[in-house]
Amino acid sequence: MSENNPLVRFKNVQKSYDGKILVVKDLNLDVETGEFLTMLGPSGSGKTTCLMMLAGFEPATHGEIYLNERPINNVPPHKRGIGMVFQNYALFPHMTVAENLAFPLEVRKMSKSEREQRVKRALDMVQLGEFGNRRPAQLSGGQQQRVAVARALVFDPELVLMDEPLGALDKNLREQMQYEIKHIHENLGVTVVYVTHDQSEALTMSNRIAVFNDGVIQQLAPPDDLYERPDNAFVAQFIGENNKLRGSVADIDGEYCVVQTTEGVPIYAMAVNVSQRGDESTLSLRPERVVVNPEPGSVPNIFDAEVLELIYLGDHIRTRVALLGRDDFIIKVPNSADHAFLREGEIVSVGWLQQDCRALDA
Amino acid sequence: MTSTADVIDDKLLQKRLDKAMFNRRLRAFLLVLPILLFLLVVFIIPIGYFLFQGVYDKTFSSIMPQTTEILSEWDATSEPTEEMFAALAVDMVVARENKTIGKVATRVNRDLPGTRSLFTSTARKVSKLEAPFKESIPDVKDKWNDIEVWQAMKTASRKFTPGYYAAALDLKLKSDGSIVRQDEKRRIHMILMKRTLQISFLVTVFCLLLGYPIAYLLATLPTKTSNLLLILVLLPFWTSILVRTTAWIAMLQAQGVVNDLLVFFGITADDARFSLIYNKLGTLIAMTHILLPFMILPLYSVMKGIPPSYVRAAKSLGATNWTAFWRIYAPQTIPGLGAGAILVFIVAIGYYITPALVGGQEGTMISNTIDGHMRQSLNWNLAAALAGVLMIVVLFLYWLYDRIVGIDNMKLG
Repeated sequence: MSENNPLVRFKNVQKSYDGKILVVKDLNLDVETGEFLTMLGPSGSGKTTCLMMLAGFEPATHGEIYLNERPINNVPPHKRGIGMVFQNYALFPHMTVAENLAFPLEVRKMSKSEREQRVKRALDMVQLGEFGNRRPAQLSGGQQQRVAVARALVFDPELVLMDEPLGALDKNLREQMQYEIKHIHENLGVTVVYVTHDQSEALTMSNRIAVFNDGVIQQLAPPDDLYERPDNAFVAQFIGENNKLRGSVADIDGEYCVVQTTEGVPIYAMAVNVSQRGDESTLSLRPERVVVNPEPGSVPNIFDAEVLELIYLGDHIRTRVALLGRDDFIIKVPNSADHAFLREGEIVSVGWLQQDCRALDA
Repeated sequence: MTSTADVIDDKLLQKRLDKAMFNRRLRAFLLVLPILLFLLVVFIIPIGYFLFQGVYDKTFSSIMPQTTEILSEWDATSEPTEEMFAALAVDMVVARENKTIGKVATRVNRDLPGTRSLFTSTARKVSKLEAPFKESIPDVKDKWNDIEVWQAMKTASRKFTPGYYAAALDLKLKSDGSIVRQDEKRRIHMILMKRTLQISFLVTVFCLLLGYPIAYLLATLPTKTSNLLLILVLLPFWTSILVRTTAWIAMLQAQGVVNDLLVFFGITADDARFSLIYNKLGTLIAMTHILLPFMILPLYSVMKGIPPSYVRAAKSLGATNWTAFWRIYAPQTIPGLGAGAILVFIVAIGYYITPALVGGQEGTMISNTIDGHMRQSLNWNLAAALAGVLMIVVLFLYWLYDRIVGIDNMKLG
């Protein structure tokens, strides 16, 4: 991102609702100008609370939030100039779509002609030019969603917050809207902070993703880093599908290590979150990185596995095998022209590269 | 090959559908039958019969059948004939024997005050009188020569009469069938009706002003606190109206709590205590208090359904608290507001116990007059007509409300 000062800065922010439990623990986060940053995490992880503090609907218990280098803890929400898209759209039901869009312009005392012009532009942006005179209730879920996005953008805010905006849509529409929001972000260059618990949504849209758990950011990284190089077991488990193997470090050499499973089998892996011999570790391995019938010697880790279950999913075949004493080891066999044809009960040899297997915290 | 669906013509399909639906309709009807019968017997028939009395009065015509018959041919201006006096004598003898002459006297007395004793005293002697009655009857009371008495009897002899509705509207039905305005000093019903509407309107406004913030508080506080508050709102609702009204007497009377406090704090002198009760003010205070829950509950249920995200969205879009409230929150409470207002207004317009107890002279309402006619003057016909007028006014206002606000916009909870 840019070298400039960040648009938003959380500094040592804490939040507690009841004075006993910290929902957000010492949050430090910079959001760069023009960035699409997603806060991802399970429910109760503190991500929505962070968004609400940024919007001004919840006060921070401790710490300071800066917008353009200016502390905003004591600025009321309507003076922050932050656009927001709510979970259930929060379109005003007693106003037409055009009136909804004109509302932020009206309270900013814009002239009627400018209001009309901007409303039209915003409606065109979300391809709803014809729908200005309808009531929100007369629109479909996807159309309401677009209106909500247009309304959050119509007054040209520098920053737009989105709180699980696609949660109420069905799968196909959700995917389509993901691309639309992503394109709007790219075209307008507006900064977006997006909250979701849907990891594929986060991966699709974001420049960077902050994975929240238990009130703490577990990892802040671009989508590919997050998926391919998770820092800890939580992130590995939360983002994408993941095979877990447990053991303790038998040998460590720089970024490589050998982890011995409880059965005494050595596995060659990358040392990510382990520092010395004897450390307990969880090995993380993506199902699509497992090779079926590898050439002997081509990969360091080769084991025999019994095929337990085959599920045909079109683009790949999800295969569950028994391996190293676990019966929940998943392999994604791509449905390519020359893929391996497996049968249930068959014993096959599977293997993986050292780089694809990450030794994380226990 | 053609499918069977193509062969079935429309009528047959309709018939099959009707047959399929019939059992379901029958079951639904049987389910509501008990309540329907109950309502019919204890509500619809009695009230219908009662309202019917507003235009139907057979007192005179059933007790005095011969007089009634002959009066119907009389032109109401020419001198009463011997046949008319003879018919009167025959009817009076029977009425005296049956002890019903008092009813006739009361009936005619309503249209022509001061004629009660004319009937009762004449009836006592009529059996001894002999023809020609045109001379012997006026010998008993020479008022029988007064044509006004005969005109009043002709008016009273009409079974179906607009007279009571006319009286309810401060009009008077004359014997020739024309309707004129009541004498100025006897025009009391319109004043009462206006006062009733005024009090109902003011009570509605006060309930709205007092109830709206409470409903908002109830809807926005955490459940634990709001449930406690809700019980406080409902507690008076569960208490007898009589008890609450009596409590207001204890509060507001000259030697009551409020006046005592005002004197104690030196706000008013002991000999110049405020008259807070037995007037319009007393009625307004007590009725507002009693009807407040009718406003709060529908408002509360509507406000409870407005997600906080609307106001938040408004604020995030740049609206101040004030703008967010008036432009976004308040318009969404209109269904509850309309329901509450119409509930309070319609209950208030027929209110009876409270104005009777705390209203004094200037704070009573139309329902108190209706009650007076039913229990004291025993003029059920006029009571029915007044009730009918009240009902028409309420229906008209309801229609007006529907035109302006829309009845579908109402949410009762």
